[in-house]
Amino acid sequence: MSSAETSTEYEKYYVPESSSLAVRATIGLVLSVFGGGLVLNEMTFGGTHDTGGAAKWVLFAGLAMFIGTLTYWFRTTIKENKAGMNSSQLSNSYVLGMFWFIFSEVMFFAAFFGALLYVRWLAGPWLAGEGEAGRMNFLLWEGFEYTWPPVTTPQEVVGGALSQPIANNGAFVSQHTSMSFADAQAWYAWLPLWNTIILLTSSVTCEFAHRGLSQGNIKKFEAWLGVTVGLAIIFLFLQAAEYYEAYEMFGLTLNSGIYGSTFFMLTGFHGFHVAMGMTMLLIQLIRSVRNKHMTPTDHFGFSASSWYWHFVDVVWVFLFIFVYII
Amino acid sequence: MLNARALAATALLPLAANAQNQVNMSTGVSEAGAVITDLGVEIYDLHMLIFWICVVIGLGVFGVMLYSIYAHRKSKGVEPSQFHEHTGVEIAWTIVPFFILIGMAVPATSTLLEVYDNDDAEMSILVTGYQWKWKYEYLDADGENVAFFSNLATSQEQIYNTDTKGENYLLEVDEPLVIPVDTKVRFLITANDVIHSWWVPEIAVKRDAIPGFINEAWTRVLAEGVYRGQCTELCGAYHGFMPVEVHVVSRDEFDDWMAAKKGAAAADAALAATELSVDELMARGEDVYNASCLACHGANGEGGLGNAIAGSAIAMGGLDSHLNVIVNGVAGTAMQAFGAQLSDVDVAAVTTYQRNAFGNNTGDVVQASDVVSYKEG
Amino acid sequence: MGDHHHGPAKGLSRWLYTTNHKDIGTMYLWFSFAMFLLGGAFAMVIRAELFQPGMQLVEPGFFNQMTTLHGLVMVFGAIMPSFVGLANWLIPMMIGAPDMALPRMNNWSFWILPPAFLMLASTLLMEGGAPAFGWTFYAPLSTTYAPPSVTFFIFAIHILGVSSIMGSINIIATVMNMRAPGMTYMKMPLFVWTWLITAFLLVAVMPVLAGAVTMMLMDIHFGTSFFSAAGGGDPVLFQHIFWFFGHPEVYIIILPAFGVISQIIPAFSRKPLFGYASMVYATAAIAFLSFIVWAHHMYTVGMPVAGELFFMYATMLIAVPTGVKVFNWVTTMWRGAMTFETPMLFSIGFLVLFTIGGFTGLMLSIAPADFQYHDTYFVVAHFHYVMVAGAVFSMTAAIYFWLPKWTGRMYNETMGKVHFWVSFIGFNITFFPQHFVGLAGMPRRIPDYALQFADFNMMSSIGAFIYGASQLLFLYNVIAAIVAGEKVSDEKVWDGAEGLEWTLPSPPPYHTFETPPKIEEQPAH
Ligand code: HEA
Ligand code: HEA
Ligand code: HEC
Ligand code: CUA
Ligand SMILES: [Cu+2]
Repeated sequence: MSSAETSTEYEKYYVPESSSLAVRATIGLVLSVFGGGLVLNEMTFGGTHDTGGAAKWVLFAGLAMFIGTLTYWFRTTIKENKAGMNSSQLSNSYVLGMFWFIFSEVMFFAAFFGALLYVRWLAGPWLAGEGEAGRMNFLLWEGFEYTWPPVTTPQEVVGGALSQPIANNGAFVSQHTSMSFADAQAWYAWLPLWNTIILLTSSVTCEFAHRGLSQGNIKKFEAWLGVTVGLAIIFLFLQAAEYYEAYEMFGLTLNSGIYGSTFFMLTGFHGFHVAMGMTMLLIQLIRSVRNKHMTPTDHFGFSASSWYWHFVDVVWVFLFIFVYII
Repeated sequence: MLNARALAATALLPLAANAQNQVNMSTGVSEAGAVITDLGVEIYDLHMLIFWICVVIGLGVFGVMLYSIYAHRKSKGVEPSQFHEHTGVEIAWTIVPFFILIGMAVPATSTLLEVYDNDDAEMSILVTGYQWKWKYEYLDADGENVAFFSNLATSQEQIYNTDTKGENYLLEVDEPLVIPVDTKVRFLITANDVIHSWWVPEIAVKRDAIPGFINEAWTRVLAEGVYRGQCTELCGAYHGFMPVEVHVVSRDEFDDWMAAKKGAAAADAALAATELSVDELMARGEDVYNASCLACHGANGEGGLGNAIAGSAIAMGGLDSHLNVIVNGVAGTAMQAFGAQLSDVDVAAVTTYQRNAFGNNTGDVVQASDVVSYKEG
Repeated sequence: MGDHHHGPAKGLSRWLYTTNHKDIGTMYLWFSFAMFLLGGAFAMVIRAELFQPGMQLVEPGFFNQMTTLHGLVMVFGAIMPSFVGLANWLIPMMIGAPDMALPRMNNWSFWILPPAFLMLASTLLMEGGAPAFGWTFYAPLSTTYAPPSVTFFIFAIHILGVSSIMGSINIIATVMNMRAPGMTYMKMPLFVWTWLITAFLLVAVMPVLAGAVTMMLMDIHFGTSFFSAAGGGDPVLFQHIFWFFGHPEVYIIILPAFGVISQIIPAFSRKPLFGYASMVYATAAIAFLSFIVWAHHMYTVGMPVAGELFFMYATMLIAVPTGVKVFNWVTTMWRGAMTFETPMLFSIGFLVLFTIGGFTGLMLSIAPADFQYHDTYFVVAHFHYVMVAGAVFSMTAAIYFWLPKWTGRMYNETMGKVHFWVSFIGFNITFFPQHFVGLAGMPRRIPDYALQFADFNMMSSIGAFIYGASQLLFLYNVIAAIVAGEKVSDEKVWDGAEGLEWTLPSPPPYHTFETPPKIEEQPAH
C-alpha cells in the first residue's frame, strides 16, 4: 500500500488553481431542470403554469449550456493529462471516481428492479386477494386475477370511474400481449433475444479493442471499437423497433398499468444508458482516429467508457432475465 | 399567557404519574378499573418493561459518566491514565446487551402474533378513509350492509377560537362507530384517496388505510364506553380534523341501534321517491353542507381549499354541470365524487342548498328524482 | 509546475471558482448554517401555531408546507451539507493530503446546492403552494394529490442527490487514495473512518431516492401506475423504496457526528480514545445493519407478520454496536483528566441526549408497541433527540473545537458556555414533553390538537423559542471570533488534541501538505 517510496508521487498531485467550469455547469443544470419542470407542468397541470411556450427554451438553453460545459470540462482534463500534469495518483482518483459512479448507477437500477420484483411477487398477488396481506382484497377488486404479465389491471376489472374505490385515476388501457416470449411469435423474430446477443457480443468486441490497445495495436483497437459502436447503434435501433411494436401492435404503453410502467421504465432507462455509453465509446474512437490520443499505457477515457459499457451490458442481462424471460 | 399547570408539570414531572392520560400510553384499563382490551394491557406492559430496562441501563451509563466527570477532572489534579483497550470488557458489553435484547424480543414476539390473529371474528366492519372523514360499513352476511360517514363535529367557531372549546374538542364526530362489547370485531381498513391511518389508542388499534389494499385489525373491547382517536397518517390539509369515535355498547343496545340504522336507510330510500318541500331540502342541505363541504368551501360558501360556491358560475348555472361536479367530482383535485358518498336525497338537498344559499338565489329546487335521472344519464 | 500561489484569489470569483478544500468547506458550512436558520424559522412557525389549541396563525394547508419544508431543509440543507463541509475542511488535513482528490468536482458538488434549495423554497410562492406531504412524501398524497410545485420538488431532490453522490465519491477517492505515506487505514482518525463509511452509504442510497422520485415523476406526468393500485402498483411500494433510502439516511446524519465526538472526548479527557478498533467495527456494523431495517418505519402498513418480525429483530440489533460506541466514549472519559470547555460540554450533552434518543428508538423498534407510538409526537421526540441533540450538538461542538484552528482566533468561552446551557435546557424543554403528548395520543403533523395536550405543547413552544434564540448567540459568537477573536498562538490550541491537523499553524496555510507529512509512530486517535 502507500509507503515512503511513492512519496515523490504525492508531491506532484495536481490541484487545479481555480476554475469556472463548475459554476457554468451549475447554471446549465439548473436552467435545464427548471425549464423541464415548467414544460412538464404545462403538460399536466393545465394552464396553471402557462409560460407561453418559453419554458422549452429555458430547457433547451440549459441543456445546451450543460452539455457544452461538460464537453469543455472533459477536454480540459484531457489537455491537462496530455500536458503531463497528472500523476499516477491522480489517475487512480479518476479510476476510483468512475468505479463509484458506476456503483451509484447500479443502485439506481436496483430501485427499479426492486419495484418490479415487489410488484410481481407481493403487490400483484395481494391485489388479487392472495396471501396474508391481501386476503380481503377481493372486496375492492372483485374478479381481478393475478398473472404476470398481467392481462388486465384491477381498475379495468371493476370498471368505470364510479364503481371503483380509487378516486381520480384516469382509465388504464391494458396491454393484451406481453413483451415476453410469446408462443405466437417465432423465436427468431423475438427482438430481445437478438438484442441480448448483440449486446453480449459488443462487450466481447470492446474487450478485443482493449487488448488491441494494450498491445499497442491501434489499428486493431480502432477496428474493434468501431464494431462495438456499430453494435450499440443496432441495439438502439432494435430497441426503438421494439417500442414501436409495443405501442402500435400490442397497445402496451406507459399508461397500461404496472406492466407498462415497469417495462418502459427499466428498458427505457437502460436504453438511455446504452445511448450514453455508445456516445462515450464513439468519442474515444474519434479521439483515437483524429487526435491519436490513445496509447497502451495512457487511455483512461477509453477504460472508463469500456467499464461503463460492461456495466450497461450486465444490467441488460438482468433485464432480459427479469423482464423478458421469467 | 403561561399556563400555571404547564409550569407545575415541569416541576413535578416524576410525580405526574397519576395523570396517566397526559404523560403515558393508555394503560388499557378504564378509569373505573376495568380492562378495556387484553391486548391494550399487554402492549402497555411491554412498553413499560422496555422503558424500565432502558431507564436502568441509562442510569448505569450516566452514573458512571457523572462519577467520572466528578472524580476525574483536571482541576482535581488527576493524572490521565493512558489505557485504551480491554478485550474482555469490550466483548462483555457486546454480549450482555445482546441478551437483554433477546429478553425483550420474546414478549414482543408473542404480543405481535396476537395482534395479527385476525381469525374467528364475530363481525367485520369495512373502514374507509376519505379526505377527511371515515366511512364505516358493517358487512352483513345477508348483504344488508349498513354504511355511513363519520365527520368531525367540532364547529369552525371553536377551531377558529370564536367559541369556547368543548371537552372533546376535535375528538367528536357526527356519527360514531358503534360496536358491541366483548365481541371480536374485525376491521377491514382501506382508503379511497390517499393513505390514512385509523387509530384508537385505548383499544390499541392502529392500522394504515391504503388506497386499493385492505388491511386487517381486530379488537375485543371488554368495557363499555366511548373511545376516541384520530387519523395518524398525513392525508392532506385537514389531516388534523379527522377523528375517530367508537361507542362500545351492550349487545342489546347494539342490536337496537343496528335496527334503527337499517330503518333509517329504508326511510331514506323511501324519501328519495317523494317530493320534498323547499324548506325541508334547504334544512337537510345545510346539514349535509356543513358536514361534508364546509371544510373546503367555507362556512359562507366563500371557498378555501375548494372554489367559492357563493356566486359560482357552476352553482348558479346549468343543473347538469352542477350535479356533474358533485356526483362525479373533479378529477385531479380535492373535489371528490360525492355521488358515491351521499344518498340521492342528500345530493339533491345539498345541490338545492348551494343554489339558494350564500346569496345564490336561483330559486331552483332539486329533488332526489332529478339526481337519480341525472345518474342514469 | 510548483508555482502555486500561496494565497487565495480575491473577490467573489475566489468563492465561485475555487477548488480549494478549505474554501469549499467554508462555503458548505455557511450555507448549511443559513439553511439551519431557514429550517429553524419554519420550526418556529410550527411551534407558534401549536402554542395553543385552535388555529392561530396559519391555515392547515400552510402548516403542512411548513412541516414538510422544515424536515427537508433541516435534513438535506442543514445537517448533511454541514458534515460535508466539515469533511472538506478536515479530511485532507487529517490524512495529510494536499486537497480533495477531485477538486473541481468538489466545487461543483457545492454550487449546485444553493440553486436547488432556492428552487425548493420558491415553491412556497407557486400556485397551489409548496409541497405539503411531509418530508417522507408518501404517495399518492405526493403524486395524484400533490400541488403542481411537486415537479420542482422532485427536481430539487434529484440535484441534492447528485450533489451528495459527487461529494461522497470525492471523499471516498480522497480517503482511499490520498493518505500520506504511513497513514494506514487503522491509523486514520475516527472522523475520517466514519465519513468513509458514511460516503459508502450515500453512494448506495441516494440513487435509490433518485429512483423513487423518478417513479413519482412518471406517475404524475406520464400516466404510469407504480404507486397506484388501480393500475396494479402499490402505494406501499413507495414507502419501501423511500425507507430503503431513508433509514440509512438517518445514519448518514449520525455517523459523522459519532466521528466528531470520537475526536473531541479524548482531547478533553487527555486520554486516547478507548477501543479504537471496536469503534471502527461498530461503525461498519451499524452501516451494514442500516440496510436491512428500513421497514421499521412501516410497522402499521400491514406487512405480513414474518416481515414484521424480521425488521423488528434486525432493528433491535442496532442497539448493540451503538451501545459499544456509547460505552467506549464513557470509558474514554474514565480516569482521564477532564476539562469542560464548550466543545466538551456539547459532546457530553450529545452523549447523554443521544443515548436517550437511542433508547426511545429501541422502544419504537418493538413492533407491537410501535402500533401505539407510530406517527405520534413520541416519534418526533425520538428523532429530535438523535438529530438535534445528536447531529446538531455534535456539529456545534465541532465548530467550537476546530474554529480556532481554521481561523486562528478564539471564540468567547463564556459565551460558548452560556450557549451550551441555554441550548441544553431549551432543547429539553422543547422536546422532552413531546414524549408525553405523543404517548398520550397526539398525532404528528397536525396544526391543531385536543385540549389534553395543551399544557405540554405550550411548554414545548416556549422551549423552542429559547433554543432558537440561543442559536443567534452562537452565530454572534462565531462571527465575533472570526472578526475580532483573540489570536491563537499555539498550534495545538487544546492541550489534549491529537492528530495531524493540530501540527499545522493556526490558521493553516491556504495549501497544506503539498509535501506529505511522514507518519511514523501511532498517532493518538
Ligand atoms: C440521527 C438520526 C437517527 C438515529 C441515530 C436513529 C436511531 C434509531 N432509531 Fe430512529 N428515527 C429517526 C432518526 C434516527 N433514528 C427519524 C428521523 C425518524 C422518523 C422519520 C419520520 O417518520 O419522519 C426515526 C424513526 C424511527 C422509527 C419509526 C417510528 C415510527 O415512525 O413509528 C424507529 C422504529 O424502530 C426507529 C428506531 C431507531 C433505533 C432502534 C435506533 C438506534 O440506532 C438507536 C441505538 C442506540 C441506543 C439503543 C442507545 C445506546 C445503547 C446502549 C447504551 C446500549 C445498551 C442498550 C440496550 C441493550 C437497550 N426510529
Ligand atoms: C436535523 C434535522 C432537524 C432539526 C435540526 C430540527 C430542529 C427543530 N425541529 Fe424538527 N423536524 C425534523 C428535523 C429536524 N428538526 C424532521 C425530519 C421533521 C419531520 C417533518 C415531517 O413530519 O415531515 C421535524 C418535525 C418537527 C416538528 C413536528 C411537526 C409536525 O409534526 O407537524 C416539530 C414540532 O415541534 C419540530 C420542531 C423543531 C424545533 C423547535 C427545532 C429547533 O431545534 C430549531 C432551532 C433552530 C432555530 C430556531 C433557528 C435559529 C434561530 C432563528 C432563525 C432566529 C429566530 C428565532 C426566534 C425568534 C426564537 N420539528
Ligand atoms: C376536500 C375538499 C372538498 C370538499 C370536502 C368538497 N369540495 Fe367541492 N370543490 C373542491 C375543489 C378543490 C373544487 C375545485 C375543483 C376545480 O378545480 O374545478 C371544488 C369545486 C366544487 C364545485 C364547483 C364550484 C366552481 O364554481 O368551480 C361545486 C359545486 C362543489 N365543489 C360542490 C361541493 C359539494 C356539494 C360538496 C359537499 C357535498 C363539496 N363540494 C365538498 C373541494 C372540495
Ligand atoms: Cu386522514 Cu390523516
Ligand atoms: Cu429508521
